[in-house]
Amino acid sequence: MKRWIDWLDQRTGIRKLAEEALFEKVPGGARWRYVWGSTLTFTLFIQLVTGVFLWMAYAPSAHTAWESVYFIQHQMWGGWLLRGIHHFTAHAMIVLLVLHLMQVVIDGAYKAPREVNFWFGLALLLLVLALSLTGYLLPWDQKGYWATQVATSIVAITPGIGPELQQLIVGGADYGHHTLTRFLALHAGVLPGAILVLLWAHICLFRRHGLTAKEPRRKPDTTFWPDQVLKDAVACLAVLATVLFFTLRHQGADLGAPAEPAEPYSAARPDWYFMFLFEFLKFFPGNTEIWGAIIIPTLILLLVAAMPFLGNWKLGHRFNLGLLFALIIGAASLTWLSYAKDAANEHFQHAARAAEREAERVMELASSPSGIPVSGARTLLRQDPLTQGPKLFAGHCASCHRYDGHDGMGGFHASAYIVQSGDTLAAIARGHFMTETALRQLNDLAAGEPDTGRPLLVHTPQSASDLKGFASREWIAGLLDPRHVASTNYFGATAFADGKMVKFVTEKIPADTPAERQQLESLIAAVSAEAALPLQSDMDARDAQIITRGREVIRDEIACIDCHQFREPDDLASAPDLTGYGSRDWLTAFIMNPAHPRFYGDRNDRMPEFGESEILTPEEVGLLADWLRGDWYRPLEP
Amino acid sequence: MEPARRGFLKRAFAVTLGAVSGLIPFGAGLAVFLDPLRRSAASTPFVRVTSLESLPPDGIPRKFPVIARRSDAWTTTPDARIGAVYLRRLADGTLQAFNVTCPHAGCFVEFAGLTEGYRCPCHDSSFTLDGAIKNPGSPSPRGLDELETEIRNGADVWVKYQKFLPGHDSKIPA
Repeated sequence: MKRWIDWLDQRTGIRKLAEEALFEKVPGGARWRYVWGSTLTFTLFIQLVTGVFLWMAYAPSAHTAWESVYFIQHQMWGGWLLRGIHHFTAHAMIVLLVLHLMQVVIDGAYKAPREVNFWFGLALLLLVLALSLTGYLLPWDQKGYWATQVATSIVAITPGIGPELQQLIVGGADYGHHTLTRFLALHAGVLPGAILVLLWAHICLFRRHGLTAKEPRRKPDTTFWPDQVLKDAVACLAVLATVLFFTLRHQGADLGAPAEPAEPYSAARPDWYFMFLFEFLKFFPGNTEIWGAIIIPTLILLLVAAMPFLGNWKLGHRFNLGLLFALIIGAASLTWLSYAKDAANEHFQHAARAAEREAERVMELASSPSGIPVSGARTLLRQDPLTQGPKLFAGHCASCHRYDGHDGMGGFHASAYIVQSGDTLAAIARGHFMTETALRQLNDLAAGEPDTGRPLLVHTPQSASDLKGFASREWIAGLLDPRHVASTNYFGATAFADGKMVKFVTEKIPADTPAERQQLESLIAAVSAEAALPLQSDMDARDAQIITRGREVIRDEIACIDCHQFREPDDLASAPDLTGYGSRDWLTAFIMNPAHPRFYGDRNDRMPEFGESEILTPEEVGLLADWLRGDWYRPLEP
Repeated sequence: MEPARRGFLKRAFAVTLGAVSGLIPFGAGLAVFLDPLRRSAASTPFVRVTSLESLPPDGIPRKFPVIARRSDAWTTTPDARIGAVYLRRLADGTLQAFNVTCPHAGCFVEFAGLTEGYRCPCHDSSFTLDGAIKNPGSPSPRGLDELETEIRNGADVWVKYQKFLPGHDSKIPA
């Protein structure tokens, strides 16, 4: 063994190198307060290793970034562990950097002749923050996309070169493929490269000047190996244990829904270590943004960089300590303030929950047997009836229809009401089926009556059927129930409130004897079976006989075919076609044009011809129909 | 030649050759790096956003995605969702369109009610229904960016979708 080492040493001088590295003097003995630099080197090493492995599975483009990160997190062996370690180590680095800075300032290790090394340290701090910022965008989820918009918007206000600088960073006028290729090149190449060079210089200078011993020295001098190395190793292990704790608790790192420029993301927030800057910006009105975003942070940074010079002054060290703690307390307070505001902000909480639901849904779809299409995971949500149906319903249908009493999104459809002279709030509320309190809250009204001419937001009254469970047996049973057919949930608020159907149901549908009830039930089953609803397929298969019987009832006994067409062409039919009633074909055709002779013809009551008038695209109509029919992908129960 | 002069020439050549051989590859890289500067957003022509029928004349802003052709580096999508707008139609028939992007730092503003108007979920800027700045001390330097609208064939709403630089008090097209 010795022979080999001698051979190598003669050619490389390795013994001297190892000696210099390991037997660095530690005056006053090994101490815990010296571990921070080593833990930082250790975390950087973790990031390089995990980062390179992540890189091997990551594809930077607007159609593949989210998708490849999803694949790492949910499909690859140990992917969640790798992502989690990388993610939480990044957080640990920020904490360790602050601790290291505190130790250096408290111990006066910034003073001459160590000024340059102090500046190297500050530069490293900034580079690590830049790594965090660039890394936040790479998964290309809603969270990273919108939070990074704020950062690149700030770049654009840099005097003189702002817009060009922003364009260079973003890689074009808008976020896209080149934003990701650039951010990855920065995150995985330029920044770590710069960090390695600076860190090497930082350690060389540290060795040149030696360790700044904390006075009084409690123990005899020792060497780095093994005394300090042991303490460093314990500290590194503690850091790793913390990182693993969070990784296991979160099962990796979060991944939101894929970035979508046309969808609002009201839960956009930076990671916790940038929250103080985020909050700080709120204090700068209008044109003073540049002060909060650029000038003041730069001045503070310059002041910190001047610490070595300030330290020469008699009270300088105390001033530096005061400055450091003021900055830490300031940043901590702003961070706390920001989180406290969000915790109390109903809108934010609501948006955060909605974001979580959307993220869960896209994971379900991505893990479905059909998987992620070439066009990317964004398409999954855009083509998902469960995601788009409620939005389309709220936007286009809820001004008349309801879905289980709400607008599809769990809210209400609002319209404007102009306060007339002599109006009272109570009367307005009553007129719109609201409580006075709800009306006040909705419009931020203080006590007293509103001014005449003021527009108020009011609930739009329901003027067409409630479509929850449309064409299901339950829904048809309600329609054929004399007690309900004229309620607002069916025809009550429409032009058909006194129509033939309501009259027919109230007068002609008998359900008194058990035989009649059975007849009605088979009729309901038969009409509902026309829809072939996915959620009723088992029931429909089981009740095949009842359905066959129901068809006879439709044709011969109750004689629905006097008005409706059913399974045979009928030119004289005057009411909507019952053939395939509620099926996907029927429903899409109906929404496209309810005034078609097959449906209401010229008796159509106010319902827009969504397809003919190009209010909705055929794809949108399909999504709406699928959603109303409960036809969307559901993962198999585990 | 005398030795001192020869020495100077040697040094000058060494520096020049070294610089040239280093700068040419770096220059090629720099050219590619600067390429995005010439790809400023071409002014977007008018885009059909919705039909007039989806926009009752009640003054309530409604949000619509803007779907248009978009070239993103090497891919072109004929129907990309490039952004969104708030549209409102007043009782007298006037149309108003606003870019949903907050002029402060680029977040997506939300409609929060007739009294509250629009609110930015990031730094708490708020705007009246007409898009003007509402809260005193608003971080936003200007009101929401109003966009040109057109009604075509008496039935369709078209909007000239544009983005403007955030953080400035005037609308500078991005």
